[in-house]
Amino acid sequence: MTRIAVLKTYKLFIGGAFPRTESGRYYKIQNKANETIANVGLSSRKDFRNAVVAVRKAQDAWQGRAAFNKSQIIYRIAEILEGRKVQFVEELISQGSTKASAEKEVQMSIDRCVYYSGWCDKYQAIYSSVNPVATSHFNFSVPEPMGVVSIIASDETSLLGFISALLPCIVGGNTCIVLASSSKPLSAITFAEVLATSDVPAGIINILTGKEKELHTHFSNHMDVNAVVYCRTDKAIWKTIAQNASLNIKRSFWWNKDWAKSESENPYLIMDLQEIKTTWHPIENIGVSGAKY
Amino acid sequence: MLDLSNIPVIDQVGVEERIARLNSRSIKKESKLQGLHLALSMIDLTTLEGKDTAGKVRQMCYKAMHPADDIPGLPTVAAVCVYPNHVKTAKTALGNSGINVASVATAFPSGNSSLKVKLADTKLAIDNGADEIDMVISRGEFLSGNSKFVYDEIATIKEACGNARLKVIFETGELSTLDNIRLVSEIAMQAGADFIKTSTGKIQPAATMPVTLVMLHAIKDYHEKTGKMVGMKPAGGISTSKQALQYLVMLYETLGGAWMTNEWFRFGASSLANDILLQLHKEQSGVYYSGDYISKD
Repeated sequence: MTRIAVLKTYKLFIGGAFPRTESGRYYKIQNKANETIANVGLSSRKDFRNAVVAVRKAQDAWQGRAAFNKSQIIYRIAEILEGRKVQFVEELISQGSTKASAEKEVQMSIDRCVYYSGWCDKYQAIYSSVNPVATSHFNFSVPEPMGVVSIIASDETSLLGFISALLPCIVGGNTCIVLASSSKPLSAITFAEVLATSDVPAGIINILTGKEKELHTHFSNHMDVNAVVYCRTDKAIWKTIAQNASLNIKRSFWWNKDWAKSESENPYLIMDLQEIKTTWHPIENIGVSGAKY
Repeated sequence: MLDLSNIPVIDQVGVEERIARLNSRSIKKESKLQGLHLALSMIDLTTLEGKDTAGKVRQMCYKAMHPADDIPGLPTVAAVCVYPNHVKTAKTALGNSGINVASVATAFPSGNSSLKVKLADTKLAIDNGADEIDMVISRGEFLSGNSKFVYDEIATIKEACGNARLKVIFETGELSTLDNIRLVSEIAMQAGADFIKTSTGKIQPAATMPVTLVMLHAIKDYHEKTGKMVGMKPAGGISTSKQALQYLVMLYETLGGAWMTNEWFRFGASSLANDILLQLHKEQSGVYYSGDYISKD
């Protein structure tokens, strides 16, 4: 008797749980031979709304974690990912990659986690400054996370583009809602299973699947989102996003990058999603009798 | 006289199924907007913390009077609810806005003290100008089977309240069974409670829909028997507009339209008002709103 393979239901990832889409709608993902390999949820406005509620709840605690602890958590993602390499390679192949390119993509994704885990406790030191001012103030500037970030991840790759966009976001103490690649969404959801088992606090990364045309307005006009990142190529959609972002002066970024290049991993992406806070701390007169702080 | 004959036994499964049915109602657009306005007008905006200050109470009173000035046509909340020592501050701050001041009393939240102290506590609140008193029952006595004690205590406090309306808090999270809740509802209403209220908000679980449904049915039976209306106040744990609308559906379908005003139904809540404001802003502007633009307290 031949055995019928058990296919996975690819659900969303919101607040650390795997709900089905509220809309009840699905679309089919097919392999090169035009066989359906999965039904994937078409997320709706309400899924996004629920994700914002979940992510807002998680923001303060994540932002408040010690930098070193964030680093450990992100390194842990790499550890778990390494152990499930084979599964990801197979999944990428099923979505159209060659074996060689699939292996390369998974390796790069893991390396990227390690790369960014190292930045958690370093970017503040590098991008902070003590500023010379003419008055009796100790004046210093430090980067602080913007908060909730909505990300429309690259459509090109299933795993690498997705990971490369969300890592600089969470490294900097932000939390995010990410729209996975629309044509190749499977690895993002499988990556959610990695997140769920790797010390990542529930709610800081939320993953939706669906179409950018349906979701980009919601990703950009929700007043409780602090920044929006667009990683695809449609100029008209980018324009709408930038316009909607002005509603509550969200920061908006167009990361139109080839994520496979090594220069696409850098701390400037972390800094894109940071606000600079400058503090003027009154001190006694400097200069006459020396600094007194 | 306390009469505890003919109290029905509660079918817990039946209650839960009824709740599930009620929660499947979908309230949208115009009716949702109306429901949100109504829910806002039924809130007892509450601060009951050890760290309460006169400043915090004044700020809350301002919020009670001006929930959101940029949305036209909003009602104010029904009352603010504070400890007895803050009643004067609240009374002054609210002026002639028509918003009531409710005060907890009787050794809130545990209720573990002598009747003498509880009466003095109530008197303090009344003398300071409280319009409503939220008392707690002696759960220990009730759970020991001493119904008469609970009845007498409520009746005595009711007498001390004078014209102020008396809400009786059961702390249902400590009463274990729905049958107990039905029984204590009966005791409180017979003793003269103007409102029956689920919880202090200090203990989990606080207000839940099954508990509230049982209490609403007790009110309904009492009304049919005596013709007297008694109010209902679920308190604690109701923090979203969706939940509030579900409670209103339950209220309407159990007690009917006569109870759909803040004279007979209240929400004891601190964060519900903000969630309602978020939804109302969303209805007004078309985009989801952020708590960043609404005062936290």
